[in-house]
Amino acid sequence: MSTGLNDTEIINQVVGGNQQAYALLVNRYQEYVFTLVLRIVKNREDAEEVSQDVFIKAYKNLNSFRGDSKFSTWLYTIVNNTGISFLRKRKLEIYSLDNEAVFERADNIDSGVRANVIEQKSKQAMVNEAIAQLSREDALAITLFYKAEQSLEEMAKAMGIETNAAKVRLHRARTRLKSKMENHFSQEIKDLN
Amino acid sequence: MNRMNTTPDIEQRLWEYIDGISTADEKSVIEQLLKTDAEWKAKYKTLMEIQSLLKSSELDAPSMRFTQNVMDEISKLHIAPAAKKYINQKIIWGIGFFFIALILGFLIFGLSQMDFSTAQPSGISKEIKGFDISRFFSNSWVNALMMVNILLGLILFDNYLNTKKRKFRKES
Repeated sequence: MSTGLNDTEIINQVVGGNQQAYALLVNRYQEYVFTLVLRIVKNREDAEEVSQDVFIKAYKNLNSFRGDSKFSTWLYTIVNNTGISFLRKRKLEIYSLDNEAVFERADNIDSGVRANVIEQKSKQAMVNEAIAQLSREDALAITLFYKAEQSLEEMAKAMGIETNAAKVRLHRARTRLKSKMENHFSQEIKDLN
Repeated sequence: MNRMNTTPDIEQRLWEYIDGISTADEKSVIEQLLKTDAEWKAKYKTLMEIQSLLKSSELDAPSMRFTQNVMDEISKLHIAPAAKKYINQKIIWGIGFFFIALILGFLIFGLSQMDFSTAQPSGISKEIKGFDISRFFSNSWVNALMMVNILLGLILFDNYLNTKKRKFRKES
């Protein structure tokens, strides 16, 4: 659905009582939210459910959006909180920044998925799989910067950290991603080239 | 420039160069290194490949019915985000003013009907005893208006308590 309205105009309409206008925002940000949630919960079915919750929470709290940051930045905080709450509820393991388990898990990558990656010979699938093996923070940093095309300043604001810290986090995430790709997909990269 | 040429350092400097956040001096140093240093050139090529892969990757899409599902859930919500904005505040103030004026009118009328000329220490109790409240509330229209007033008062009080409750929930 294309519309000439910007986010603020749509939000004003929704806040003014035009509930249907919210569909425009959902359409505009569904992929952004879904991708970020997927990085946290690592499962499409759960990601769909959590993404819905994110949009419902955003709707309920739309009055509190003051517009001093981008809507996507505001939405990210809801994504992060909802995703973490979901993991806590499900008692899933939350990988911390320096958790070595992430790397052990990556070493034990499901052979079926890997076979699928080789079969597809898709760079896209390979990148997504490598990102999925990263810790939550690393995966979110990569997603925000590259897929959501946020600047370092916007990333920092969304994550509630300083710009320099965001730069370090992004650098660390890229280094780990590179390492993952070299370790697990070196053959596939050669095949693709 | 006293920076070591370790692999992590090279990569960090190259990422900053690729992201376009290097200083002008650093940029020219790196450009020179890329022309002359094979290691830097190789690293730059690798990082550019990763950069290109990441930039070309697309966002994941949820199911086709996603928006509809969200809108269905939202339609069940009784409290719209800005319910108070549906109601024109001027109308509310107008109604409030009308009823306040009405009450004041009754009070003034009632007080004006009282005979204060006989107000003596012993006369006050006589007047109170003789005060016939039914004189003011015998009319059924007056009774109906008073009932409406009480109802509106209760509704306003309920709204006030709800606002307090929401505020308390937000704070907690």
